[in-house]
Amino acid sequence: MQDISRADIEDFLFTEADLLDEWRLPEWLELFTEDAIYYVPSTDVAPDSSPDKNLFYVADDRFRLSERVKRLMKRTAHAEFPHSRTRHLVSNVRIRNRSDDEIEVGSSFITYRTKDGVTDTYFGSHRYRLVAENGRLRIREKRCLLDSEGLRTQGRVSIIL
Amino acid sequence: MNAFQRMNTALMVDESKQIFKVSRQAFVDPDILEAERAQIFDKCWLYLGHSSEIPKPGDFVTRQVGGRTILFARDAKGTLRAMFNTCPHRGAQVCREKRGNAKSFQCFYHGWVFGLDGALRSQPGEASYAPDFKERGTSNMQQVGRFEGYRDFNFICFDRNAVSLDEYLGPVKEYLDVIADQAETGMTIVGGTQEYSMRANWKLLTENSIDGYHALTTHATYFDYLKATNGGLAPVPLDGAAHDLGNGHAVLEYKAPWGRPVAQWIPMWGEDGKAEIDRLYQGLVQRHGEARAKRIALYNRNLFVFPNLVVNDIMAVTIRTYYPLAPDFMNISAWALAPREETDWARKYRLYNFLEFLGPGGFATPDDVEALEQCQRGFRNSAEAQWNDISKGMGKATPSYDDELQMRAFWSNWNRHVFQASA
Repeated sequence: MQDISRADIEDFLFTEADLLDEWRLPEWLELFTEDAIYYVPSTDVAPDSSPDKNLFYVADDRFRLSERVKRLMKRTAHAEFPHSRTRHLVSNVRIRNRSDDEIEVGSSFITYRTKDGVTDTYFGSHRYRLVAENGRLRIREKRCLLDSEGLRTQGRVSIIL
Repeated sequence: MNAFQRMNTALMVDESKQIFKVSRQAFVDPDILEAERAQIFDKCWLYLGHSSEIPKPGDFVTRQVGGRTILFARDAKGTLRAMFNTCPHRGAQVCREKRGNAKSFQCFYHGWVFGLDGALRSQPGEASYAPDFKERGTSNMQQVGRFEGYRDFNFICFDRNAVSLDEYLGPVKEYLDVIADQAETGMTIVGGTQEYSMRANWKLLTENSIDGYHALTTHATYFDYLKATNGGLAPVPLDGAAHDLGNGHAVLEYKAPWGRPVAQWIPMWGEDGKAEIDRLYQGLVQRHGEARAKRIALYNRNLFVFPNLVVNDIMAVTIRTYYPLAPDFMNISAWALAPREETDWARKYRLYNFLEFLGPGGFATPDDVEALEQCQRGFRNSAEAQWNDISKGMGKATPSYDDELQMRAFWSNWNRHVFQASA
């Protein structure tokens, strides 16, 4: 992991954003390791809180994440049928920590979601733990820290942030 | 004369023909919302918070309730207080934090300081005030006129002439007992509040929260998910009844195949989980006897307290309250409630159960949000397509959990408040 640059990580995160915006969710899921977690904590708990002790909006292990992807690709995922249009903007990418087998990355995001004439804005920061698997970056943890006060006025996180 | 003034009811009811319709005007008309504020939210008991949120002297939370801003605090003697969060001097909100612990509250505008009980302690330039200014008691933070609790559920009411909370809740109390009796040492709110909003009329969420009919279609993907989980569910079909509890309150009580951390085991939880659930169940039997233990553990409850409180004791327990900011917009707050003594194992599965189904990031609630917002969009046609139908199960001796009795109970009481009270 020592030879991975910030530019490599930016390329990876921009690719991730594209997959989400193009609704290529099964491909997006392949960016995650088998032990991956994806968290969106509620906005009145500490950023490093555990979903075992605190109520989150999203606390997916790999199984639940794969079920989330399956769900979102169905017509019966009513909140996202027809699919909303989204744009995930990624910025302020920094390597926060680096060990032999893992890189911690911080970034900022703004994601727009538009559907039925209404546009919502999600904003905040992401914390990633990335690993290399077979020479490619993979996500072991993605923690999405919303800066908004709850989900007002977005009302839901039916998309992946 | 506006549309609301021309109406003297929003309902079209004929019991003999099994007709029960609600005018869609009730979801869109600003004059209706104004009447609801005056006749419902200014008159009824409204949920404020749970005692466990402020366990120690000096603990406080600030909260919007019924359009007011309320400071809910525990004073130095341990007494719960509900105060209007406004400085008696010139009106600024005194406490601007969402929660915390304080020795006193100070308004930053001119520096007035209040005790945890709201009494004025000091103000800069005291010499310029009348000598008995503080003793008059007219410059203390104002307490909410009516403030009462039941089993740690605390309510306020802005109508000084309202009946007691005890009388208001009536048979609801028995259901709150069943929910609170899950715990040996009391129930507690778990950290983390789900705060969200919907572009929909608040009454749509009342209906939705006690609607057994929509589950299989709106939440098809949630049931797909449950089937995919390792080991799956309990062999318990959805089955139960709806009850009208008077005063607009209603409840569904039913069996369901999902796991309940108190205390219905599902194969997905494995043998360790089985031992834990058995232990919890035996505890219930010892404390409450076999019959009541069975009811506490194996039955789900969607409890609605008029006008805007939902306590759903299902795969987890949620307290949910909501308030309209406009005919087509509401804010919602939801908390997870759990037995204080619960093990880490049970707490974890409770919270996972909660966010899988109940939260705005889960596999179900986003689809409810979509459904309610689509209803609100559909109501744009309300000048021509005028009526909602909630007649399902009329004429049955015991309406099922997936009939619409509970909605008829809500709407009948709503109609009395909005139209007959002002007549």
